[in-house]
Amino acid sequence: MQMTSFLQDKQLTIALSGEIDHHGARSVLRMIADKIDQYMPVLCILDFKGVTFMDSSGIAIVIHTYRRMCELQGTLRLKRVPPQPMKVLLAAGMDRIISIEGREPVHEM
Amino acid sequence: MKCENQMTLEFPSKSVNEAFARSAVACFAAQLDPTLEELGDIKTAVSEAVTNCIVHGYPDSIGKITIRCRIMENQTLDIVIRDKGCGIADVAQARTPMFTTGGEERSGMGFTIMESFMHELKVTSQPGRGTTVHMKRRIMKRGGKA
Repeated sequence: MQMTSFLQDKQLTIALSGEIDHHGARSVLRMIADKIDQYMPVLCILDFKGVTFMDSSGIAIVIHTYRRMCELQGTLRLKRVPPQPMKVLLAAGMDRIISIEGREPVHEM
Repeated sequence: MKCENQMTLEFPSKSVNEAFARSAVACFAAQLDPTLEELGDIKTAVSEAVTNCIVHGYPDSIGKITIRCRIMENQTLDIVIRDKGCGIADVAQARTPMFTTGGEERSGMGFTIMESFMHELKVTSQPGRGTTVHMKRRIMKRGGKA
């Protein structure tokens, strides 16, 4: 599991990549919390484009990030979520509390 | 029902083995020619069950996790994941969405995900003796296949 982040105009984008499971969840959770505490963003975007697998450990990461952003009176958005992590997020009802955007459709030439 | 093929996997309850376990089961299931979505569902459910063994079955020690995977004659993948850890006192409560006794990195959605992604789920447990998760997933036959 790898993570890169980018800050612009109080908007923090964190790009996640690799597999999200219990094995790496605690360190990802800490890294995201540290970035939020460091930059105090108004909007936090978790970019899932590079996530190749996610189980319910990813739900815990999203819930914790959502709670932290609520404490800051900010917003959390998930974007470019591939089908497998999307199915896990939807099964947990995450779309009822957080804006989730799927992967852009591929346009065939 | 006739078993057409089977494999058994045994490994210690180290979290680094979560990825290995789900990938091994997915590789075995590949002979049923599943779609990417079906394969993703199987990997997710196996990951949840194995994580439960690691986090809840053996919270303070490293124990043995066994996976038995069978391909049944009606295109059904039959998976049994077993630990001999501390067991669950109240299985019904453990299966309740959002219920967890784990740390901050747990969501309490493990059994809910397993139920959603597999066609059958049976959990048996005895405190002090361990837990067995039995899951079944039928794989759709695709056009042109025998």
